[in-house]
Amino acid sequence: MTSKQLRFLSADSTARGAIAGGVAGVMALILASAALPARAQVGIQASPVDLSGSWASPLTQDALERVPGPVPGDWTGMPLTAGEKVLAQSYDAAMLAEPEKVCQFYNQWHYIDGAFSLRIWPIVTSPTDGIRGWRIQSIEDIGGMEIWLDDRPVPSEYARHTLHAFSSGHWVGNMLVAHTIDMKPSEMRRNGAFMSDKASLTTTFMLQGDSLMTVVMALEDPVYLTEPYIYVRSYDKSPNRPVPSAWGPCILNDEGTEEGQVPFYLPGKNPIMNQVYSQGKHPIVGQMMHYYHIPAIASDGGADTMYPEFRDKIKDQFVEMYSSFPKECTDAQYCAFGGGPPRGAAAPPPAAPRRAAPQAKAKND
Amino acid sequence: MRNSLWKSSLPMTLAVLASLGMQTVAHAQGRRGAGRAGPPQPAEAAAPIDLTGYWTSLITFDWRFRMVTPPPGDHEAVPLTAAGIEIMNAWDPAKDTAAGEQCKSYGAPIIMRVPGHLHVSWQDDQTMKMEIDTGQQTRLFHFARSADGRGAPSLQGYSVASWDQQGRGGKKWGQLKVTTTDLTPGYIRKNGIPYSDKTSVLEYFDLMPQQYQGETIMTVTSVVTDPVYLFQPFTTNDIFRKLPSGDSWKPTPCSATW
Repeated sequence: MTSKQLRFLSADSTARGAIAGGVAGVMALILASAALPARAQVGIQASPVDLSGSWASPLTQDALERVPGPVPGDWTGMPLTAGEKVLAQSYDAAMLAEPEKVCQFYNQWHYIDGAFSLRIWPIVTSPTDGIRGWRIQSIEDIGGMEIWLDDRPVPSEYARHTLHAFSSGHWVGNMLVAHTIDMKPSEMRRNGAFMSDKASLTTTFMLQGDSLMTVVMALEDPVYLTEPYIYVRSYDKSPNRPVPSAWGPCILNDEGTEEGQVPFYLPGKNPIMNQVYSQGKHPIVGQMMHYYHIPAIASDGGADTMYPEFRDKIKDQFVEMYSSFPKECTDAQYCAFGGGPPRGAAAPPPAAPRRAAPQAKAKND
Repeated sequence: MRNSLWKSSLPMTLAVLASLGMQTVAHAQGRRGAGRAGPPQPAEAAAPIDLTGYWTSLITFDWRFRMVTPPPGDHEAVPLTAAGIEIMNAWDPAKDTAAGEQCKSYGAPIIMRVPGHLHVSWQDDQTMKMEIDTGQQTRLFHFARSADGRGAPSLQGYSVASWDQQGRGGKKWGQLKVTTTDLTPGYIRKNGIPYSDKTSVLEYFDLMPQQYQGETIMTVTSVVTDPVYLFQPFTTNDIFRKLPSGDSWKPTPCSATW
């Protein structure tokens, strides 16, 4: 065999060997990639669905409460304790402008109570690692949420509560269930109903089809709630309008309340709750009665207001008063907020004359 | 050398191909095996979650629109077209009552939002029945095509249902998906906000995997699409708490104003 032949043979065998080895390598890679989920499960629950991306929150539910802010005195459907009802009525929205509170931010409950879209991404520490957790982010004034799946130790009950709190999670089918503790106290509704630092949160993320996600939050608070307060919201996948994942820092401004002042009302002395619009068989007191004919036994909240049977308590009075509503809704009632026809559509009939706007709406986000 | 190189890689290649082949055969056998097992399991037996029983609404949001009748013209948060606003402004509950149409705000696009109780059961192994006491309505979720056809359009329309099975091994979980069409026109809110006969409703019924202070919770996500009166889908959510019995069941007739 000549050296030329040897070189040829050598080259040929190398090429064939490379081809054979390549085939084997590709096959091995296919098998290895098929085995990846199993590797990812080591120590960490594999994520059966991908939650990552931007999720837009349509304003088709509770639009008034989520954007401009709830009507003062509207605690309907909230299972508040008697003590919390008194506390909520002492609320003055000017307290949010205290210099100490301007950058206080909201806790994780505000993901669902607020108006904002979500951005979700997996927490991965190395390519060979599984998904250690999921990070949820919204606008800058809500504490972030990291849902850990890696069985890390739960902080001591004496641990300092942080804006991020502590969330651990697990999968049930395609649902991600997270339990959050050590939250900073924050508002349950942005008109004075605060939760205590003993509150905990269970959040369930559910994908529904390819482009819809529903999030269920259940807040439990042994101090201020008599039953779990459950809230649900759906989000549309929004690949073309990504939600920012980082925001600028909060900058202190003078928002109108001087340092050292603590705005509040003594129980029973809140002028917004006590404003008398008219006397008569059914006196119109407070904005919920004025704008919506909802009496104080409902707007003050309490667990019974969450259930259908509660309607029997207010039916007769409400039905009697209903005919006194103006035939057309007014701006002050925010009747068209978040609704109405798209731009360029024919204008709707003119609204009735504008009444005074609700006072002291909760601070916008 | 040529042979030795080829031979050295041959066993690995064969092993890989054999492995793939086994997987393919196993996959095919799985499919064939499923086929040999006979027709698909009836929906009742295949249910990954149990929705049967009595449930009560839990109204923790949108209270003003659900527990009482909203003021005339209040269409906050409803993506209503100009044509829809015109219809809404012409709402006359007395006229509806006189015409025997007081159930227009109890149709499938809104009935899950009406405060009340549900009784969920199986009418047969392919049809789930959902009765609602407020307004005395009944919905049927068909997992298989009905033998007697879809029938005429109605307040509750025709609902096609399927289970979305989830999870691998271990505990079964999933959700119920329901699509409803063939609706007669009605109101998506008590105060006369209309939906047309072109409306379709996509719903997901989910059982929460954990209890809250001992209570079982079901959520319903509804996406209402109406090319006539809505300029984008109207997405809402509702919560139900499971009841131990039917003691709270209280059938009440439809009302145009309450």
